[in-house]
Amino acid sequence: MSQVLQLLLAGVAQGCVYALVALGFVLIYKATETVNFAQGDLMMLGGFFALTSSVILGWPYWATIVFAVAAMAAVGMLIERLVLRPVLGQPAFTVVMITIGVGYVLRGVVTMIPGWGTDTYTLPTPFSEGVFQIGEVIFAVQQVAVIGMTAALCAVLYLFFRFSKLGVAMQATSQNQLAAAYMGIPVRRVNMMIWGLSAGVAAFAGILLAPATFVHSNMGFIGLKAFPAAVVGGFGSVPGAIVGGLIIGLVEAFAGRYMPEGFKDVAAYVVVLVVLLLRPSGIFGETAQKKV
Amino acid sequence: MSFFKVANLGINFGGVVAVDKVSFEVRRGEVYTIIGPNGAGKTTIFNLIGLIYPATSGQIFLEDKPLTGSVPHRIAQLGIARTFQNIELFEHATVLQNLLIGRHRHRAASLWQELLFTPAVRRAELAAREAVEQVIDFLDLAKYRDSLVAGLPYGVRKVVELGRALATEPRLLLLDEPSSGLNPEETDDMAFWIEDIRRHLGVTVLMVEHDMNLVSRVSDRVLALNLGTVIAEGTPAEVQAHPAVIEAYLGKAA
Repeated sequence: MSQVLQLLLAGVAQGCVYALVALGFVLIYKATETVNFAQGDLMMLGGFFALTSSVILGWPYWATIVFAVAAMAAVGMLIERLVLRPVLGQPAFTVVMITIGVGYVLRGVVTMIPGWGTDTYTLPTPFSEGVFQIGEVIFAVQQVAVIGMTAALCAVLYLFFRFSKLGVAMQATSQNQLAAAYMGIPVRRVNMMIWGLSAGVAAFAGILLAPATFVHSNMGFIGLKAFPAAVVGGFGSVPGAIVGGLIIGLVEAFAGRYMPEGFKDVAAYVVVLVVLLLRPSGIFGETAQKKV
Repeated sequence: MSFFKVANLGINFGGVVAVDKVSFEVRRGEVYTIIGPNGAGKTTIFNLIGLIYPATSGQIFLEDKPLTGSVPHRIAQLGIARTFQNIELFEHATVLQNLLIGRHRHRAASLWQELLFTPAVRRAELAAREAVEQVIDFLDLAKYRDSLVAGLPYGVRKVVELGRALATEPRLLLLDEPSSGLNPEETDDMAFWIEDIRRHLGVTVLMVEHDMNLVSRVSDRVLALNLGTVIAEGTPAEVQAHPAVIEAYLGKAA
C-alpha cells in the first residue's frame, strides 16, 4: 500500500511537468491551430535563463522564476511576430516545419552561447534534498514543491482566463477569430501574447524539471512525452492537458515499477493508442463539428 | 455632416470586379437595406466596411472620419457592430458569456486593477452585467442565459448573435441577412426587433436582406445592387417597381 502511494507521488510530480509542457502545446493550438513542435525547446531555453539568473547572477529562487518566465514570454512573442506571422495563411505543413526548425535553432544557439554550451548543469533550489515521512510514505520535499507550484500556477491561470480582460479575449480568439475581431479584440496581438504565455509556462516547467533531469541542451526532448499528454487529454482542452500530463506521469511511474525493463519509455505511447481507440477525440476532446 | 458614407467603393478579386464604384449614404437613425440577387456583392460590401478585405478603391466614412486604412478590431471600437449570414458565435461558451464578450470594448481596467479587483473594476463588471441583462430582456433570451451556444437551435443562435452585437452598444449595426434560415414566425420577431432597435435604442441599421416582406416592413430606404454596381436607390416601393431591379431578378422580357 505504501509503495502504491509512493509511486503515486512520484508519478504526479513528474506528470506535473508533462502537464505544463502539454498546456503550452494546447494554448497555442487552440488559438492558432498550430502545433508548436518547439514547445520542449522553449522549456529548455527557459531552463538556461533560470540557470543564468540563479548560478551566474546569483539571484534568489523567486527572482529566477520571474526572470526566466518573463524572458521566455518575450522570446515567445518575438517568435510569433518574426517567424510565424509572416507565414500566416500558409498551409499547416509549412507552419509545422517552421516550428520544428525553431526547435533546432534554439538547441543550436544554446550550445553556442558561452557559459551555456553542451554541458549539463544543476539548478539550485531552496527545496533541500530532504525528505519527511507521513505514515509509511516518504515525501521528497522536491516532489511536493513541484506539485504545489504546478497547482499554484494552474490556479493563477484559471483566474486569469476567467476574470481578466486579456484572458477572456484569449478565450474568445481561440473560439472564433472573426467574431473576436468584431468585438474589438486585436486578434493578432492577442495571438502574440498567447505565444508569450505559452513560452512563459514552458519556462516554469523547465525550472520545475531541472532538479530531476538537470539543465542541458537536449532537455527539450521531454516534449515528446508531453505531446502524448496533450493528445490523451484531447488536444484542444486546457483541463485535458493537465489531466493528460498527470495520467502519463502516473502510468510511467507504475510501469517503471511493475512492468518489464524498458516498458516505462513506451508506456506513454501505449496510453495514447488505447485512448485514441476508445475515445478518438481524447478524454476532454470536443466532438462537435462545425456545420457547413 | 453625414453619419455613414461609402464613396466609390470597389474591389477586384484577380480579374473579377466584385464591387464597382458603389456610393451610398446612411442617415443617422434610419434602416437602410441593400438588396440584390446572389453574387451582387452585398456581403462583400459588409466585408469591406469591416476591413476584412482591403478596398481596391474608394473610401468609407463614419461621421466624416475615414475607416479605410484602419484595422478590423478598430471598427468595433468605433461603434460598428455586425452579424453574419452564417452565424459566427463563440460556440463553446454560454449565451451570457457571448454577450459579455460584446462588452469587451467597454472594459477599461488594466491587468493590475483587475488583479486587485478594485472598486472601479467591480462597478464596471456590474455595469457590464446590467447592460447585458437589458439585452437579454429586450430579445427575450432569459431562458437560454446559461445554455451553451453550440446546442441551441438555429433561430435562437441568430438572436444570440444579434444580442451580442447590441451588447457592444453600437452606433451603426450591420445585419447580414437577419432572416436567412428563420421560419416565418421567427422572421416576424426579427422584423419587430429591428424596428425596436431603431426606435427605442436609436441605433442606425444597415442591412443586407432577401426577404422583401421584411425589407418593405422595416426599411426607410433601399439600395439595389447587381453584379457589383448600384442599379437603384429609393423607398422600398420605388426600388421594387424599378425596371432595372425587376430585370436583375427576373431577366429581360422577351
